[in-house]
Amino acid sequence: MILLNLMIHRILSSNFHVISGLKSKAEKYFDKANIMKVIRIDKNIWGEGLAKLAGDYKVYGPAKNGENHELVELKNGEIPDLELKNVHLSAKSVVFPQSEVMFEYTLDESKEDHHIMREVEKDISPRAVIGIRPCDVAAFQIVKRNFENPEFSDKLWVEGFNACVFVGYACDSPDSSCFCTSTGSGPYSEDGLDVLLVDNGDDYLAKAITQKGEDLLACAGWNEETDGAGIDAKKAEAEGKITSVVDTSKLKDKTAIELFEAPFWEDVAFACLNCGTCTYSCPTCWCFDIQDEAKDTSGIRMRNWDSCMYPLFTLEGSGHNPRPEKYQRVRQRFMHKLKYYVDKYDAGVQCVGCGRCIRLCPVNIDIRNVCDKMNSYQTA
Amino acid sequence: MLGYIDKIREISENLLKEEKVDMVIGFRKGSQPMMNEPCFVKNPEDIKTLVWDSNCGINLALYLADRKERIGIIAKGCDTRNINNHIVENKINREQLVIIGVPCKGMVDKAKVTKMFGKSITEVVETDGQIIVKGEGEEQTFNKADVIQSNCAVCTHRNPVVYDELVGDLVEEQSAEKRYQDIEEIEAMSIPKRWDYFEDMFSTCIRCYACRNACPLCYCPTCFVDESKPQWVGKSNDSVDTKAFHILRAFHCAGRCTDCGACERACPVGINMRLLTKKLGKDCLEFYDWEAGLTMEERPPLDTFKLDDPQDFIK
Repeated sequence: MILLNLMIHRILSSNFHVISGLKSKAEKYFDKANIMKVIRIDKNIWGEGLAKLAGDYKVYGPAKNGENHELVELKNGEIPDLELKNVHLSAKSVVFPQSEVMFEYTLDESKEDHHIMREVEKDISPRAVIGIRPCDVAAFQIVKRNFENPEFSDKLWVEGFNACVFVGYACDSPDSSCFCTSTGSGPYSEDGLDVLLVDNGDDYLAKAITQKGEDLLACAGWNEETDGAGIDAKKAEAEGKITSVVDTSKLKDKTAIELFEAPFWEDVAFACLNCGTCTYSCPTCWCFDIQDEAKDTSGIRMRNWDSCMYPLFTLEGSGHNPRPEKYQRVRQRFMHKLKYYVDKYDAGVQCVGCGRCIRLCPVNIDIRNVCDKMNSYQTA
Repeated sequence: MLGYIDKIREISENLLKEEKVDMVIGFRKGSQPMMNEPCFVKNPEDIKTLVWDSNCGINLALYLADRKERIGIIAKGCDTRNINNHIVENKINREQLVIIGVPCKGMVDKAKVTKMFGKSITEVVETDGQIIVKGEGEEQTFNKADVIQSNCAVCTHRNPVVYDELVGDLVEEQSAEKRYQDIEEIEAMSIPKRWDYFEDMFSTCIRCYACRNACPLCYCPTCFVDESKPQWVGKSNDSVDTKAFHILRAFHCAGRCTDCGACERACPVGINMRLLTKKLGKDCLEFYDWEAGLTMEERPPLDTFKLDDPQDFIK
């Protein structure tokens, strides 16, 4: 336990110098965000504008993938399907696909660059991400702290992220399991958005939040300025529909080791299947595994989503596994989201309240209940 | 089904009070409509947390493997068949268990109800034979028979096949006549069409392994997809690797699968991988006159041999 204590101490203390850098960066980001021009888009010219965008952007939007809506690259003038609550899995794959090739090589000596691991060229041309929900955009702001910070910059993620223009679709009919207003986000949250798109009956109201967003609207030929009256009322109405409230206020003041040793983990973890559903559907889960795949004389190095629910996640080369038991893996997921992240970045919880893990968990483990247990935990 | 809970609580409470078991494994009310959460109860005072309705689809035999305690387990027909499997495969001892048998009339298919209702569901109330769904200001009533899981609709072992206590009268078993209709439709496809059918079906798989992990049969310490020395299967969402996982897993379940539907129910993207295991179940019935989990006296056909086995296939 002493060792563990030291480890946690190290995690906490090693990050103080990082936080200040991040804060100033965030402030700069929001300083630029003072555009706030509102454009009215008649739904009759919606498709026409999207077609114009397709010249300058790869267009992403919700579309049916089998039974469910997912956020995918749209081809051949396909219109984003906005008749949905939210995409089934998260939108993270637009920037962070489940499987992504990083390098490739050949051993064929007739090729000039044989035996050299070459970086795979990526298409980082602009991506217009239409119809993404504000919670999923807010999630990118959380994930960014991991992939782009003063210590590390993950080229693949950063380039993909910077290529995106997020046209967030305000959420007028949240699901009963949504709790975004408890996590600092909200159905009309503008956090990280370039444009906020609001459904207004026969037309959309598009509020430009950044220059990137304004440029996108201009590119689509949408230019009818309006005062945006009514957005605030719709926002208040939508927020009122989020009835699920979670208190995260005391998490920061708890002692990590006490939560770690709390008696409720056995009960929380009992039903867990240790499948990857929660982590793979989560917009803020960022872990990946690197794999080499070879065939004959060529091969690739790729990264794939990984999950802290899997025993293999922590299995070491020696054969030792520091988290051999199910409850330890379940505890890790919740402690990471609701305590370690909170302590490390001082920017709230690592959760946007999208509710996917609640809706999709096969055994109904509910992060809201676990958060309540952690937030209200008192040592005897 | 609804009337069982008092009896379940009474039996469970007595078992705990009389210290005949260390824990009872059952369900507690879930936070989501049509969901209950598997749980354990160790203290007789907590017995009221146990619930029973048509949302107890998870196969609780899953939670028995390798446990050392004396356990009371609430078990419907399929759960008891998987308990038999566990006993045959030495995952638990019969002496450790008090099986609280529950005659079952099928479990609600949450995905089906969600799709049929089409709006955000805030509440589901079950009355005898009816499911009343509420949400976004609307209310709709479904006949339970129309919205139970597809495996439950053709289940021929709704009553527990082994039990120490019974919480209600045995229910009438259903006809076996059309139980393999879905499989026969796939068998009738040409081979390329069948391949395309499964290719399409597995195309949305995200390799989360919820199907495997919800399956009481999948207790291997290290699954073949997780082996790293050597690594048999790639870890990306490549379609060949994904199909290799599903097909090999299904074969590993041949003669053992009770068609409890846990895999299909657990899948977050709605894949019916159960069709593979069900086909192998059909083969076991036709070739060996075998149905999984009906006895603890015999090993499953692909797990044993007989001296007079025909061996024409060995060249």
